[in-house]
Amino acid sequence: MKLKLVVSLIGAACMLAGLTLEARAQGLVDPSRSGYLDAFKGKKVAFVPIAMGFDLAQAWNSQLAKQAQELGYSYVVRDPNWSTEAGAQALTQLIAEKPDLIVVHSPDIQSYARLLKQAEAAGIYTLQINMKSAYISEGYVGSDYNGLGELAANLIVKQCGQGSGKSGKVSIVQGVLTGGASVYQIEGIERVFKEHPEIKVVSNQAADWDASKAKAISQTVLQQNPDLCGIIGFWDGMDTGVGAAVREAGKTGQVYVVTSGGGATSACDNVANGTFSALISYNAMGQGRDLNTLIKTLFEVKPKPGTMKVIDYSPLTVLTKDTLNPDSCWALPTTTASK
Amino acid sequence: MPRLSQEQIVFVLWVVLFAAFALALPGFLTYGNIITLVRSVAVLGILAIAMAIVIIGRGIDLSLIAVMAVSTALAFTLMTHGYPIWIALLLGFAFAASAGMIIGFLIAYVEIPALFATLAMGAFVYGLGRYAVFDQDLVYLPSNDAALQVLGEGRILGIPIPILLFAGFAAAAGLFLRYGRLGQFVYATGDNYAAARISGLPVRPLVVLQYVFSSLVGYVAGLTMAAGVTLMNTRIVNSTLLYDVILVVVLGGISLSGGKGGVRNVIVGTLLIGTLLNGMTIMDIQYTGQNVIKSVILLIAIVVDSIMNPRDEQTTQQGDI
Repeated sequence: MKLKLVVSLIGAACMLAGLTLEARAQGLVDPSRSGYLDAFKGKKVAFVPIAMGFDLAQAWNSQLAKQAQELGYSYVVRDPNWSTEAGAQALTQLIAEKPDLIVVHSPDIQSYARLLKQAEAAGIYTLQINMKSAYISEGYVGSDYNGLGELAANLIVKQCGQGSGKSGKVSIVQGVLTGGASVYQIEGIERVFKEHPEIKVVSNQAADWDASKAKAISQTVLQQNPDLCGIIGFWDGMDTGVGAAVREAGKTGQVYVVTSGGGATSACDNVANGTFSALISYNAMGQGRDLNTLIKTLFEVKPKPGTMKVIDYSPLTVLTKDTLNPDSCWALPTTTASK
Repeated sequence: MPRLSQEQIVFVLWVVLFAAFALALPGFLTYGNIITLVRSVAVLGILAIAMAIVIIGRGIDLSLIAVMAVSTALAFTLMTHGYPIWIALLLGFAFAASAGMIIGFLIAYVEIPALFATLAMGAFVYGLGRYAVFDQDLVYLPSNDAALQVLGEGRILGIPIPILLFAGFAAAAGLFLRYGRLGQFVYATGDNYAAARISGLPVRPLVVLQYVFSSLVGYVAGLTMAAGVTLMNTRIVNSTLLYDVILVVVLGGISLSGGKGGVRNVIVGTLLIGTLLNGMTIMDIQYTGQNVIKSVILLIAIVVDSIMNPRDEQTTQQGDI
């Protein structure tokens, strides 16, 4: 009896061992996998940027498209090419088409707020990227612009504040005044400067995200304030104009230029050649990945639209000549390079 | 009291404004600031000269900015892909010239009104650029081409090259219009197309020539603008720049009905805009406020003109807007 039990136990053990050996040879099926893949079957994701024609949108798009391809859900882009009306129209149209999720890049904090509410009522998830709307939908992925402003201001204070022996004169070049990037960032800057009365803002102008305008403004300001200590610009694509004005005045290195952006190679090049003294990068490729994570989360968890509100601020990296690495910035995988 | 023309009114307005800024703003009336002032509107001025010649010939070039942006972007893109700088520049030049030629052909031979032909061609040229040349709005100048950077940032005898270019174009266009035979023909076609044609002027080739000229000047303006900031912002096609150019021309007193005006008008208009922008930036007036003030000053100029030079049957021309 006992022997029988022992034998059968040994037998069972052998069988188990055999099974596991066999399993090891064939590999194990991850039990979560099919559920995971099923979550994306037949899904449709849409992306409405402000425009496709700039580095940030290209980076987000490349990440979004990549995941859509990998997981087999459909993905469409509606490009309003800088027109707020066209963007609102695209959104309205999309809401009627009922995709499962829309990624929205708002031109300012008001324009799309009502449409985002409508999308929620229609049962569509919406995620916002890098420019916040007044209405918080399922998620916001992007910079904490209050914090970014604070960071930029602190960089300036370090260079131009008490004990630096410099004039403390600072110029600010904003993008479009109503844009989420501008309104939140300027708050952060002003908050820091309030604590540092030695910093004097001699000019605070908007240049419409245009490099030539930013250059003309900066040239006038530099002319008026030859002892200008620092300039804060709001986007690297525009601030090449700021840097050009400084270079033309022969003041590269004397005037501390702080800018921010998604970290495309062109921006790193400009840090390397001294056009920018510091670049605050919010890594657009990383933001694309964050978006992808939220998309996966929403499709797997399937919350009722309007019940989940996630704020996912992007990590900020300060890049200067000293901290710059060959991999600090990203280049787009294919399209742009090949054309 | 003699009646002042619109050009003179704008000139007086400019003198008043300039004097007011000089008195009120410390640092306005310095050599450095005057240079900065002219520098900031030099490209606008160059474009306005191109537009002025077309308008004097009773046309209008709404594709000017698109041709400027795309031909410059083309040259930069080619440089990025390793073409020698002079080949890239030459191909950009060829692109601008052919665009101008097609536009001129459509207007002169197919007889499409300039307004529609250039509007459509502007959209086409920009679309072509977006499709075939660049897919990002910002087209960067490859960093190794320092030679071109000189065009936007260099100085000769302490004067920035863009200003010298503006002055050069202004002088050349002025001489061409006043003393060149072709220049006189431009006035003739602009004043009365049918009469010019009947009297045997080569009106059609002349029209083609105007648009080729404006496209090429646009290309040079584009290179100057882009070299100054080491990138071409092709989004400028959708900005108000085109209207600013027309504004400078019309404000200076060149009638949209053609046949009248000259380079002096353009210079006066450009200086007024430049002085306004410079003064308001020194005063740190916000962008939105700047736009309001700019429009008010322009309105004043137009109102004063229409009071001093009221329109009647004798002064209005067919085609006045």
